[in-house]
Amino acid sequence: MTGPVRVFVPRDSAARSVGADAVAERIRAVAGREVEVVRTGSRGMLWLEPLVEVATPAGRVGYGPVAPEDVDGLVAAGLLDGRGESLGLVEDLAWMRRQQRVTFARVGVVDPRSAADFEAHGGCAGLRAALAKSPAEVVEEVVESGLRGRGGAGFPTGVKWRTVLGAAADVKFVCCNADEGDSGTFADRMLIEGDPFTLIEGMTIAAYAVGAREGYVYVRSEYPDAVVALEAAIALARERGWLGERVLGSDLAFDLHVRVGAGAYICGEETAMLESLEGKRGMVRAKPPIPALAGLFGRPTVVNNVLSLASVPAILADGAAAYAALGTGRSRGTSVFQLGGNVARGGIVETPFGITLGELVNDLGGGTASGRPVRAMQVGGPLGAYVPVSQFDLPMDYEAFAEAGAMLGHGGVVVFDDTVDMAAMARFAFSFCAKESCGKCTPCRVGSVRGVETIDRIRAGVDREKNLVLLDELCELMTDGSLCAMGGLTPMPVRSAVRYFDEDFEGAS
Amino acid sequence: MTTDVSGLTRVRADRVRGIAVGLRHLRGPLLPILHAVQRDLGYIDAVDVPVIADVLNLSVAEVHGVVTFYHDFRRGPGGRVMVRVCRAEACQAVGAEALAEHATRRLGVGFGGTTADAAVTLEETFCLGNCALGPSVQVDERVHGRVSPARLDALLAEAGR
Ligand SMILES: Cc1cc2nc3c(=O)[nH]c(=O)nc-3n(C[C@H](O)[C@H](O)[C@H](O)COP(=O)(O)O)c2cc1C
Ligand code: SF4
Ligand code: FES
Repeated sequence: MTGPVRVFVPRDSAARSVGADAVAERIRAVAGREVEVVRTGSRGMLWLEPLVEVATPAGRVGYGPVAPEDVDGLVAAGLLDGRGESLGLVEDLAWMRRQQRVTFARVGVVDPRSAADFEAHGGCAGLRAALAKSPAEVVEEVVESGLRGRGGAGFPTGVKWRTVLGAAADVKFVCCNADEGDSGTFADRMLIEGDPFTLIEGMTIAAYAVGAREGYVYVRSEYPDAVVALEAAIALARERGWLGERVLGSDLAFDLHVRVGAGAYICGEETAMLESLEGKRGMVRAKPPIPALAGLFGRPTVVNNVLSLASVPAILADGAAAYAALGTGRSRGTSVFQLGGNVARGGIVETPFGITLGELVNDLGGGTASGRPVRAMQVGGPLGAYVPVSQFDLPMDYEAFAEAGAMLGHGGVVVFDDTVDMAAMARFAFSFCAKESCGKCTPCRVGSVRGVETIDRIRAGVDREKNLVLLDELCELMTDGSLCAMGGLTPMPVRSAVRYFDEDFEGAS
Repeated sequence: MTTDVSGLTRVRADRVRGIAVGLRHLRGPLLPILHAVQRDLGYIDAVDVPVIADVLNLSVAEVHGVVTFYHDFRRGPGGRVMVRVCRAEACQAVGAEALAEHATRRLGVGFGGTTADAAVTLEETFCLGNCALGPSVQVDERVHGRVSPARLDALLAEAGR
């Protein structure tokens, strides 16, 4: 083989959290020959991190998890030639073969700091295809793909774009919601860290489709590595003419800016995010008007989640029909699920909608990390329901979850073993709401505090029956009387906990 | 030794004004300015608020309202190192509450507190996007995964505690 050996070590912050930087450094130090260490994103097999891959004529051979102190031995055993005790070809691992990567196709594969690598792996194909169509045709392509917002609400992305395209205004904006506040979710972060050009491409397509010249990505401050990765990619994209006055030599002018949040969960709600982008307190706005008509600074604005926007390039490149052919019912395409919490094999699973919860948690996730039985799963973030193991058969599909009184949300699945105290989790749901409420409406602001007190009384065995009724009324009030889903959906984890795990609410044990 | 307090205040005000003037061309400049002030000067002092308000032509109340709304903005100096323990659901599922308790006991401060020697400020946080490798802890900008109490002790030792 000619040239240096290519070794891939993730720069993803999850991989770094368990020592990837030290592993990369050690490989450089002890290689003993010329190596090129490429810092990729993560493949999403987080239990294998740090996962080291080596390019061989047969493909990329994986080693993991690799601790810094393992490196010397692995190199001595022939790691640089793909020999020694390895996981085999990474693409052939069962976890990878079970998936169908569309949005995450390049994450973990390419160098996120290389525009050339992005292009060599199919980057810009979607944008080129879009620019060959009229804006209205692009919008209809996205409508036909069936893509629904991945941020939680599942609203059809193309329909939203159609509204913005149809709105007459001097200025329009495209805003990407990268606030990703839900516990158990990390796909937005991993996409931005691992393949930021795809998000830029998706936002540029959105800008062309609706007639915007300016875009903002609102990234939460908890994600400093994502901010760095995105800013680096934006600078490279400008150099390449992928952003700027004449995008890819066309008449499209579009530029993109990063804004960093400041630690407020509610700023993931789209109107609070817009307020925050404007430099205000993150207070939720009453709708109407919808952001598509009066969004950032009162102008028509596309607000989409990272994954929604990052799915658009593939839709334009391969056609709406190919995307819509995947999935089930009204949930079309693939979704990027995230397995976290007490799970043996946590990480990213991108599959068509319709895979069951049990397949995700047991087949891919391997059950709990503790080895104890799974007892509950919280799906869809802090506002999502707690689901018992009796519902392992539930397909991951917006409607199926809604029917079961649950929600898919941003696709996070948090696993708990049988040591979990579900009354404590219900209490946490209220206390989180109390902490993060924007304070605009009383049911949310006051109701959440009342909720904590009521659960405390139930747990202490004080007037259990009476307080369970009170709890139910409180949930009803919050569901009906809250302006946004923060107060409106906090009852979901609470009620599901009471419904399926009522033995934890027996009190004074 | 005498400290010229008004002189120091003036120096700070000049720096804050410089930051604000440098960023006011942005759309929605207030959050970028507050982040920059905190990064360069450690926290947002009460005396910074009227300076920023003046540059942006906002009321003092408006700027104050924004500073107090967001958890990130500190209104007084913190420790040399910021330690944030994740207490969200996915980390709770793998022992975050025990870790949180260990952290407060070990440092002798509650969440939001700073150790007497100003070495460490301890904060709680809700999700660091590392939910498959919890419990997660952020030390300044770096996230650490699978943090056991012993591992936390080692991280704190590196931070001078
Ligand atoms: C309390 C709350 C928090 C939210 N957090 C996020 C978030 O972090 N990221 C996100 O994309 N959407 C979040 N949403 C949903 C947004 O309001 C909005 O529906 C979404 O950004 C629209 O983009 P999409 O159609 O592409 O999903 C949140 C909603 C609520 C009520
Ligand atoms: S429900 Fe809560 S977070 Fe939403 S607008 Fe009302 S007070 Fe604000
Ligand atoms: S819940 Fe702790 S990192 Fe996500």
